[in-house]
Amino acid sequence: MTARLTARDITLRYGDRVVSTRLSLDVPDGAFTAIVGPNACGKSTLLRALVRLMRPEAGQVELDGRAVGDYAPKTLAKQLGFLPQDPLAPEDIKVRQLVSRGRFPHQSLLALWSPEDEEAVTEAMAAAGVEDLAGRPVQELSGGQRQRVWIAMVLAQRTPYLLLDEPTSFLDITHQYQLLGLLARLRDEGRTVIAVLHDINQACRFADHLVAMRDGRVVAEGVPGDIVDAALIKDVFDLPSVIVPDPVTGTPMIVPTLQGE
Amino acid sequence: MTVAGRASGPAGAERTVAPQVGLLVGGLVLLTAVAVLSMGVGAHPVPPGDVVRALLDYQGTDNHVIVRDVRGPRALLAVAVGAALAVSGALIQTLARNPLAEPGILGVTAGAGFAITIGSALGLAAGQAGELGFAVIGSVIAALLVTAVGRRSPLRLVLTGVALTAVLSGVALGLRLMLPDVFDMYRFWSVGSLAAREQAPLALPVAAIVVSLAGALLLSRALNALALGENVAQTLGAGVGRVRAAALVLITLLCGAATAVAGPILFVGLIVPHLVRKPAAGSVPWLILYAMVLGPVLLLVADIGSRVLLPTGEVPVGIVTAFLGGPMLIWAVRRYGAGSL
Repeated sequence: MTARLTARDITLRYGDRVVSTRLSLDVPDGAFTAIVGPNACGKSTLLRALVRLMRPEAGQVELDGRAVGDYAPKTLAKQLGFLPQDPLAPEDIKVRQLVSRGRFPHQSLLALWSPEDEEAVTEAMAAAGVEDLAGRPVQELSGGQRQRVWIAMVLAQRTPYLLLDEPTSFLDITHQYQLLGLLARLRDEGRTVIAVLHDINQACRFADHLVAMRDGRVVAEGVPGDIVDAALIKDVFDLPSVIVPDPVTGTPMIVPTLQGE
Repeated sequence: MTVAGRASGPAGAERTVAPQVGLLVGGLVLLTAVAVLSMGVGAHPVPPGDVVRALLDYQGTDNHVIVRDVRGPRALLAVAVGAALAVSGALIQTLARNPLAEPGILGVTAGAGFAITIGSALGLAAGQAGELGFAVIGSVIAALLVTAVGRRSPLRLVLTGVALTAVLSGVALGLRLMLPDVFDMYRFWSVGSLAAREQAPLALPVAAIVVSLAGALLLSRALNALALGENVAQTLGAGVGRVRAAALVLITLLCGAATAVAGPILFVGLIVPHLVRKPAAGSVPWLILYAMVLGPVLLLVADIGSRVLLPTGEVPVGIVTAFLGGPMLIWAVRRYGAGSL
């Protein structure tokens, strides 16, 4: 396993609240990595540190052996594409215009819209399955469509990395699976996908590499089938459960044993 | 794949389409027509044909002298001030994510008024050059103060601007009430007018406006990224802090220069961005381009109105824009719903 993107002994804090201390993580290249854990375990904070939205107090996040903080903003933006939980769509913007904004890191101050930009946007929209929505105002779309449009925006950035913070929240169950299927396909096409996911069963089904966090620490990481057992789920989520093979994919499926109080 | 229509647009546009270019061209035609009209209207009317001849083939007749030496510069001033106010309004609304923001919330207007009051109280702000100098200094210092305190978040910025405006206006008002001469002098500046301002030294403020307008267009693509939220902008490589700082500098220059030469003209900075928001469809470059055309149109129309409304003399243009702007704002709200506000 090779890893271009790594966190080395990073300490992360918001003001007085220390989120993680000396956390290290290697993100396997070309794999779908899912980060899971209970609320406030520091998983989103870790993701923010990976894309340089947050500067570690100690240690550093490195891409190709060089601290991400040392990259020029647009250079890093050509490597790491990120979709936060709460992107803002300007009022009245159309789908294609929103996707086009993903081209920002590739455009110089005076450059006009280039054929390469055009191609990247068309390709991104096809990959995310939103070509048919091109002329529609973003605010009129359903939650599932809108999320795919945002992913197309990040894809237009043409980055080898795709990092997403809880991309399935606010989606109904069908759209959750469709979106995860899209991410798996993007992984198959060669991208490295890193997503913070809420649902551990979905993470086990779709991810190649699972990172389980609690209290700012990585409790376990590896192939879901290798690391997920009842003890781990108890450790991470405080949830008694039995683990059965997913009848569809054979990956671990967590069935909580908790019934009422 | 079908592409409806493409044309090369401004450097800042993410992707331009024919209807938007058409609208811009239409706006420019309208602007030209209104400018010619404004150079003809006044106590001594000049027919439009003569206006055009005065500009293209100067013969030195009375009409030509009026157009070239008085109304031409005045129209040019209206275009520069209108564009500056409208674009600074578009910038502050984009930056503050608040459709009710107007450039004055940075304290620029209050700072200029305060400085002019102080200057006249000390007997230094005599003449238009002195007034202009004090207005520039006042607006720049006020904007620096507000941005220094409030640059961390749009909300802090607005609150700081409002607070500083209240303090400066209060102190200045107190001074003016104590010193009647100062009050008299301030009165003329404070209504906002283009009348006789064309004789002031305008090269510097107009140059500052032109440079800042170009800067606004260059910055517009980064503002497009910023409009997607700070997180997205940062990971797109847009450097949120720097983009915001640059936008604040441009707003201060534009609004400060406009206020310095024409006094506080209300509503242009607030209303024009609203009027062009729909056709701009979420694109900051187009918003700025449209504002750059419609702001001058609105101010020229108001200036024409200021010359013809009263048979006996001129109504200051600041009062005309307020009368035009009020109904326009109500129209915009009714047309697009309160959501556009």
